Amino acid sequence: MIEFQAISKSYAAGTAGNPAVKAIDGLSLSIARSEFVVLIGASGSGKSTLLKMINRMEDHDAGKILLDGREIYSFKVRELRLRMGYAIQSVGLFPHWTVERNIGVVPRMLGWSKSKISARVAELLGLFDLDPATYRTRWPHELSGGQQQRVGVARALAADPDVLLMDEPFGALDPVIRASLQLEMKRVHRTSGKTIVMVTHDIDEALLLATKIVLLDRGKVVQVASPLELLTQPANDFVVDFVGRSDMGIKRLSLQRADALARQQTRQSGASLRADSTLREAVSYLAMHRIESVNLDDGAGSHAGVLHAADIFSQLKLPDSKG
Amino acid sequence: MQGSGLNTHNPQVGLPDTRGSVAQATLCVMVALALAALPFLRVAPNRLVSGEALSLVSLLYGFWWSLAVPGLALVGLCISKNHRVGLWLTVASTVTLGFGLAALAASHASWVAQTGSALARTSLGSGFWLGSALLTLVAADALQRLRSGSSARMACAAGVGLLFFVLLASGWCDDLSVMKEYANRSDVLVREVARHLQIVATAVSLTLLVGLPLGWAAWRFARVGKALFPVLNIIQTIPSIALFGLLMAPLAWLAGAWPAGGRAGISGVGLVPGVIALVLYSLLPVVRATLTGLQQVPSSVVQAAHGLGLTKAQVFWWVDLPLALPVMLGGVRTATIQAMGLAAVTALIGAGGLGSIMFEGLFSSAQDLVLLGVLPIVALGVLADGLFKGLIRLSSPYGLTYSLTNGLTPGLRPEGT
Repeated sequence: MIEFQAISKSYAAGTAGNPAVKAIDGLSLSIARSEFVVLIGASGSGKSTLLKMINRMEDHDAGKILLDGREIYSFKVRELRLRMGYAIQSVGLFPHWTVERNIGVVPRMLGWSKSKISARVAELLGLFDLDPATYRTRWPHELSGGQQQRVGVARALAADPDVLLMDEPFGALDPVIRASLQLEMKRVHRTSGKTIVMVTHDIDEALLLATKIVLLDRGKVVQVASPLELLTQPANDFVVDFVGRSDMGIKRLSLQRADALARQQTRQSGASLRADSTLREAVSYLAMHRIESVNLDDGAGSHAGVLHAADIFSQLKLPDSKG
Repeated sequence: MQGSGLNTHNPQVGLPDTRGSVAQATLCVMVALALAALPFLRVAPNRLVSGEALSLVSLLYGFWWSLAVPGLALVGLCISKNHRVGLWLTVASTVTLGFGLAALAASHASWVAQTGSALARTSLGSGFWLGSALLTLVAADALQRLRSGSSARMACAAGVGLLFFVLLASGWCDDLSVMKEYANRSDVLVREVARHLQIVATAVSLTLLVGLPLGWAAWRFARVGKALFPVLNIIQTIPSIALFGLLMAPLAWLAGAWPAGGRAGISGVGLVPGVIALVLYSLLPVVRATLTGLQQVPSSVVQAAHGLGLTKAQVFWWVDLPLALPVMLGGVRTATIQAMGLAAVTALIGAGGLGSIMFEGLFSSAQDLVLLGVLPIVALGVLADGLFKGLIRLSSPYGLTYSLTNGLTPGLRPEGT
């Protein structure tokens, strides 16, 4: 869907004879349809620059970027941007327009009918858990930070774009709101099947959302991997340090579900956990209650096996030995 | 007086500020001093001499002592710890007292007219003018502390204006000197008001025509602003009469060298140099407000607009301009009110307007004629101010203070509000 071929970009030399800074250095990367790609790295790694190249908010000096096999410079800038949703950390809602008009801005430019825009706005507000009757006529400053960002993402999705670009969309939100928006994003990706490219500096966010993580450092790709691969097969020490050397094991646990390791045993005495809990939550539960095993329970309340602490720790080695 | 400085109660937004007011108490003392110590009326044998001063106390008799009621009420209200009802009573008392004083003055003038010579003039004294100005401040302060919405304030202003109009139209005040001047020159006054408005409207329109593009250019190209603002600032410092003088010679020369222009109205004196001078003065507030307005548009909004695929023209017309508009209108408001006053001076170079009545009064030392020119200028200024305040509100339905003080700052607002 999106193909970076040997992309480079330098910023002009600074004062006092500093050499030109390479923001992106001969980078190649390919993003398939329906992937949720998270670009991650420290500040100055070039992640945001790379994202903005896709909709030409930034230009590149060398190489090619292809969208569906077509050079992006062969599109008109406007046509390219109208095909892509764009959401940023500072949201940038139009403060003088209501929520409805904010969300409807791209459809309006594309010449949709009023009734179609109105229906689409209601659909998107519903998707992000905002009651259309209440919120469509609100001014942006009447919304909380989390609601503003929901509307910002809804605006980006309004015209059903092929690609959704998000530049640290949840960076300014507090942890609770942030977590709920992350789950909403995950759901939106699952149900819509959109190609999403997102920039973040938060490794937990990347591990939670991405189908593919691209770790960048000084304008180069360090590793491209799925979240589990990144944790189990880090390419080098830089990756290990970035991911968090001390709690990689815990992070790995958070990527797997408890019922994957359940033994098909009859219900034992004591409390039970939901089967779709992560192993991380299960370990926390076992440690807190000082027990060796716990019942699992599917959503409907019926028994789904027993999870043993011993299995959790023995299976952790498996992917390493496989890889 | 009690309660304001020592009270630790925090005023809450939306509720009236219920503390007593030092400001109101001070103003009331000043009203009392002005009414007691300064001449309330002057009675003169004819319009050109200044006449004998009469104090307020010497005019009070019988029924008129009831004016003490709103006066004492005002004093009582600023000592008591007032609440919403008290503040409205304050407003009502100032209005009653103000109109009562006017009625007293008018009634004395009628008595003088009936008993004295036909040439005798009763004019309002400094005590009346200062007293009513201070009473206006007391009312404004009370409205401020009521935290009343602007619609309530507008309604108050309209109500007072209507009362004032009724008082004038009823003929009650016809024996006051300033009204006699009006009766002698009502046709001239109407003509000069129209002329005054014509001068101001022409000047402000031309200012917008020139100033808006200049402000835009200063925003787009920083160098334009750097070159432009020193010039505009220097123009502001030139005294208006000096500026007319400076314009006179080149315009007179132009009219001579280019007869067609001369026939079209270009000359060293008259409307053209007056309007040019006003435009030069009005440019600074308009250009500066245009620049400031465009600069305060949050960059995140502009970045998002570009990213969503708005064209450059759409970003300007849909985003930059509407978000700058309230600030720009603020500049036009300043320019208009300033021009309303300065236009009086253009009468000196033959442009006409209310200034011509004012200067005629000054040169013939007929104070009431001066007032006949000045009062409509003040009234027009107040009207223009109210008009622009309304326009500014209309231009920012999303909340003006919000748009002026910050951009969107996600995360700083608590969830669920």
